[in-house]
Amino acid sequence: MTPRYARRRRRNAVAMGLSLGATLFGLTWLVLILGTLLWQGFGGLSLSVFTEMTPPPGAAGGLLNPIFGSLVLTALAVLIGTPLGILAGTYLAEYGRHDRLSTVVRFINDILLSAPSIVIGLFIYEVVVAPMGHFSGFAGALALAVIVVPVVLRTTEDMLVLVPDSLREAAASIGLPRSLMITRIAYRAARAGMVTGVLLAIARITGETAPLLFTALNNQFWSANLNAPMASLPVVIFQFALSPYADWQRLAWVGALIITLTVLMLSIVARSLVKTGKTS
Amino acid sequence: MTELALRGSLVSASAAAARRKTLNRLRTGDLLFRYLTRAAALTVLGILGAVIVALVIGAWPALGAFGFGFLYTESWNPVTETFGAISPIYGTLVTSIIAMLIAVPVGLMIAVFLTELCPMWLRRPIGIAIELLAGIPSIIYGIWGLFVFAPFLQQTVQPLLIDLFAPVPVLNALFAGPPYGIGVLTAGLILAIMVLPFITSISRDVFEAVPPVLKEAAYGLGATTWEVVRHVVLPYTRVGVIGGVMLGLGRALGETMAVTFVIGNAHRISASILAPGTTISATIANEFTEAVGDLYTSSLIALGLILFVITFIVLALARLLLLRLEKRIGA
Repeated sequence: MTPRYARRRRRNAVAMGLSLGATLFGLTWLVLILGTLLWQGFGGLSLSVFTEMTPPPGAAGGLLNPIFGSLVLTALAVLIGTPLGILAGTYLAEYGRHDRLSTVVRFINDILLSAPSIVIGLFIYEVVVAPMGHFSGFAGALALAVIVVPVVLRTTEDMLVLVPDSLREAAASIGLPRSLMITRIAYRAARAGMVTGVLLAIARITGETAPLLFTALNNQFWSANLNAPMASLPVVIFQFALSPYADWQRLAWVGALIITLTVLMLSIVARSLVKTGKTS
Repeated sequence: MTELALRGSLVSASAAAARRKTLNRLRTGDLLFRYLTRAAALTVLGILGAVIVALVIGAWPALGAFGFGFLYTESWNPVTETFGAISPIYGTLVTSIIAMLIAVPVGLMIAVFLTELCPMWLRRPIGIAIELLAGIPSIIYGIWGLFVFAPFLQQTVQPLLIDLFAPVPVLNALFAGPPYGIGVLTAGLILAIMVLPFITSISRDVFEAVPPVLKEAAYGLGATTWEVVRHVVLPYTRVGVIGGVMLGLGRALGETMAVTFVIGNAHRISASILAPGTTISATIANEFTEAVGDLYTSSLIALGLILFVITFIVLALARLLLLRLEKRIGA
């Protein structure tokens, strides 16, 4: 073994060792964060968390109103954002696959996809909250909807592009109009992937806090009124975690656990959907 | 006979009319659907335009009152209503730089491990685990950083750093002061953990796109794994890796909740990265609902506009670079 060869071997061993170390380093954080979360969260988890309202400092209580608020805001955001995302994705994949409008929209959409969510909050504050004169659950849902659109658009387009053209040609050859070809054939073939997109979007907005801070604000009480401030899980976690009260901090950990488990479950379901969609 | 023929043509005439009606209906439906999807695509463009217009209008009073001075004044005083953006801008840049200094090498090495070294059966599970790290909402990183990571840094790492660098000229200013736990360094480290999965998954994807023939040729010449990575994979994917890094940078610049928990929200520029500071997004998150007065609110929106412009440029560059790589691989 020449010294030069030995040196190259050594350098290779060091680099590979480092890459192994980096991977262990990355996984350590995942284990640490999830471990703390499970440890702190399960300690405070009880039935009362799901049946009682957020307490004043020093009292016992639960997270019923923020959980309800989060569900309402998320559902509304998906209802508003999904059709828009799917229709726009359809245009990009079916009608204007190569035209200039699609190129621009695709580019802008990718930027919206990773734009800072707090800026979306400011935008909705400017166009909805300020003119209306008060914070509202509706404004919060709109802010979340703006985050849903790019995620759904992207997956819809990606999934429709994967649908083989022979299916489209077969549909056209029996005289099916294009709109029916898209809604009856292409959507059906891409359904699993499109559902995945919606699930990913839900996972994304479940933990979003920044855009809700000054749109839906927060509400200490039960409220189903979309025209009034509405509690949501992330905002309550933010408020409770930064408070000096031990009870509130414990509830913040429980809330964090609920959000994380929801997000992880959604992304695992989404992943398995794509997998089965590919094999069938 | 004539009667029969007459009836036949009558039937076909009404059938043709029915068919024409159906076809017309289908044609209008087709046209409507096409316009509907086109309108939806245009709406996405409209959203971006509306964001920019709304922010500019909202920021106008502040920009009018302070002019370009807004960009380089440090004073942030709600009582006297003088606002300057330099300390949040500084905090945003420094936390992001710290994050990238750690996340880029580590993320790239993980990608190398996943594409070159990892046994096949382990690739998927580790890849999924790293992507789960990307899916954890930022508020979780924030609460974890505040209650677990910051106390840990305060008690062990930061005293060590202060003692270690005390005799070194420049570095002692950088690591000076009491260990607060929360501060610029903590925020940078949390950001590093957050952007790590983004950089890893994009680099892994572009590494996997390298044609196997190129790598096999290098191996055939007797190159070691590291030499293949260093001289074949990295040069081939450089554009894509830079794109992925910029995408991670875009995330780090705009990240709000994780930073808000651990930065300390202090409007001043300190030489020491152990001291509390603030970032653009943390300032907005902390102060917006409590802002009294039009000028205060407008200044915060102006901060948002600055953040949006910075991230827009970074993300646009990232996308352009990734598009360039895609074209090359496609060709």
